[in-house]
Amino acid sequence: MQRLQGIAVSPGVAIGEALVMGNEGFRIPRRFVTRDAVETELDRLHHALASSAEQIERNRDAIAHELGRQYAAIFEAHLTMLRDARLVDELDQLIRERQYSPEYAVSRVLRRYAKVFQQLDNSLMAERANDIFDIEQRILSNLVGRRREEFSKLESPVLILAHNLTPSETANLSREFVRGFVTEIGGAGSHTAIVAEALAIPAVVGVGNFLADVSGGDMVIIDGNQGLVILRPDEETIARYRQEAEAGRTRAEQLGQLRDLPAQTLDGTRIDLFGNIEFPNEVPACLERGADGIGLFRTEFLYLGSEFAPNEQDQFEAYKSVAEQMQGRPVTIRTLDLGADKVMPGRPDDEKNPFLGLRSIRLSLRNLPLFRTQLKAILRASPYGKLRIMFPLISTIMELRQARMILSDVMEDLDEHGVQFDRNMPVGMMVEVPAAVIMIDRFVEEVDFLSIGTNDLIQYTLAVDRSNKDVANLYTGSDPAVLKLIDMAVTAANKAQIPVELCGQMSGNPIYTMLLLGMGLRQMSVAPAAIPEIKKVIRSVNIAQCEVVAKKVMHLENARDVKSYLKDELNRLFPTDES
Amino acid sequence: MSAGRLSRTVRVTNPEGVHARPADMIAKLANRYHSQISLTKGSLKIDAKSILSILTLVAECGTELVVEAEGPDAHDAVNGITELFHRNFDEGPDHPVPN
Repeated sequence: MQRLQGIAVSPGVAIGEALVMGNEGFRIPRRFVTRDAVETELDRLHHALASSAEQIERNRDAIAHELGRQYAAIFEAHLTMLRDARLVDELDQLIRERQYSPEYAVSRVLRRYAKVFQQLDNSLMAERANDIFDIEQRILSNLVGRRREEFSKLESPVLILAHNLTPSETANLSREFVRGFVTEIGGAGSHTAIVAEALAIPAVVGVGNFLADVSGGDMVIIDGNQGLVILRPDEETIARYRQEAEAGRTRAEQLGQLRDLPAQTLDGTRIDLFGNIEFPNEVPACLERGADGIGLFRTEFLYLGSEFAPNEQDQFEAYKSVAEQMQGRPVTIRTLDLGADKVMPGRPDDEKNPFLGLRSIRLSLRNLPLFRTQLKAILRASPYGKLRIMFPLISTIMELRQARMILSDVMEDLDEHGVQFDRNMPVGMMVEVPAAVIMIDRFVEEVDFLSIGTNDLIQYTLAVDRSNKDVANLYTGSDPAVLKLIDMAVTAANKAQIPVELCGQMSGNPIYTMLLLGMGLRQMSVAPAAIPEIKKVIRSVNIAQCEVVAKKVMHLENARDVKSYLKDELNRLFPTDES
Repeated sequence: MSAGRLSRTVRVTNPEGVHARPADMIAKLANRYHSQISLTKGSLKIDAKSILSILTLVAECGTELVVEAEGPDAHDAVNGITELFHRNFDEGPDHPVPN
């Protein structure tokens, strides 16, 4: 049993078999073979070893031919490793005596060697670990018969363990079988976290290097509440977590009963509780939980999920589908928020500082055909429901005007072609750059609504990279500076009488609900899974009480005090709850 | 004439130490002999016919190793393996090593 501490980014508990995903592909989660299959499995291993050797020989010869013999030396060494009699004996033994599957045996044995090398101070020797991984991958691919299976081809439930998951990889996850994930890098607010939350499966990120310690098929527990990952847990631990998982399900069922009740405070103030989505197929998850609308449709995932940028028609279908499914409830579509950690396949990432680089609205304004295509698709979908459009990462008033101008231009185009669209579709902006908050009085005069994106607002205000685990602990929505900016934006919007919603992860965390209501916020957009819990808080408080909380918080001087005060207040509200 | 048991101490003198390629040379050569051949570093003794075991020795430049062989061609084996160390595994200005 091995316990690893990471950053909890999506709550819940998952227990199951590991699917270890290296840079090259992933390892098959089958551990044991039946006794009478041992001979066939041994055959399979030896065939795979022979094929691997042939492939390496071919590589060696090709490289020797192209570059010279000395460059092929590494393949020569790989070949010797592959034919290492001790290695082969060890593998045979594990299959014969412990009935390991060849895949599991290969993974276990080679990872053990790799680990020895990784622990060395000598960097040249530590590099050898990569040789071992290379050989492991090669043998496995020969065993499995194909180089890389798609996530979407999963056939049984798994927990995904990876160094890092790109948004496009997470976008392709087979929702049916992925029960949780753990990554070595990443922090709270990373997009891995967002997707996990959207899927309502537990996730822990920023665990540090551990993949060498685990093999596909190992039993793993992901504790998304505590940020814990337990490799090869003992029976007692499994039993304890099974109980916890069961309790979680019961609680979710109880919360489910709130579905048809309005998100309304005790004094009768109606709050709009929206859901955040990435794909049209997440709409049912929002409807099932009684969402009042979609507060944030992150359209970039449409782009990240596939090799090619979706064309106008594909996008139109996606937007129309969401609009129709929501049956007249508002849907806020955010235009492309690509760049930084969400990079389209094929785009060079040579930016030194991508979060301060060409991302989001800046990228759209530089790629007008891309931007116009999206705007056109959104406008065309607008007659099918109640759509709102929103521009992300607006930093200056000029950017906003430029984006609006292009929108008007596209509208004119559509008019000329006699295409129907909602001329009065509200146009809003994300408030996620401190500069925009500081100048918010100007912005509220030029938009129909505001949406506060706390994930970026926090990282830009506190100058903390949310995906860098070394500073991730500094990333918190409880910081008084962040709260002051949120308060400024909410106050300005209320004064200008335009709607303001908050759509970052903060709004999905129940400890902030009272504070946000007390600040005057009346719209929140959260991951679908968080809707019931936030609704429960809303339905248990009155505004006057929240205003007291907000007033008190605004006088506190550091994040720790704020967080502990808010936790205490929430505990007072629900004394029996653990949260 | 070379049957029996024999050991000799060698020092790793090539700057990069016994990395993949030298380990490959040792294991390949060792497998040509019938004798059992081992390398010992301090208290760690490994099978010289296994490249993975050789790599786990982590023999860096300056390390002293004992080459030991037992069997019908022990003498040739020890000579052959020590020779590799003395030749610095053919690494040097005349034998550029990529990366």
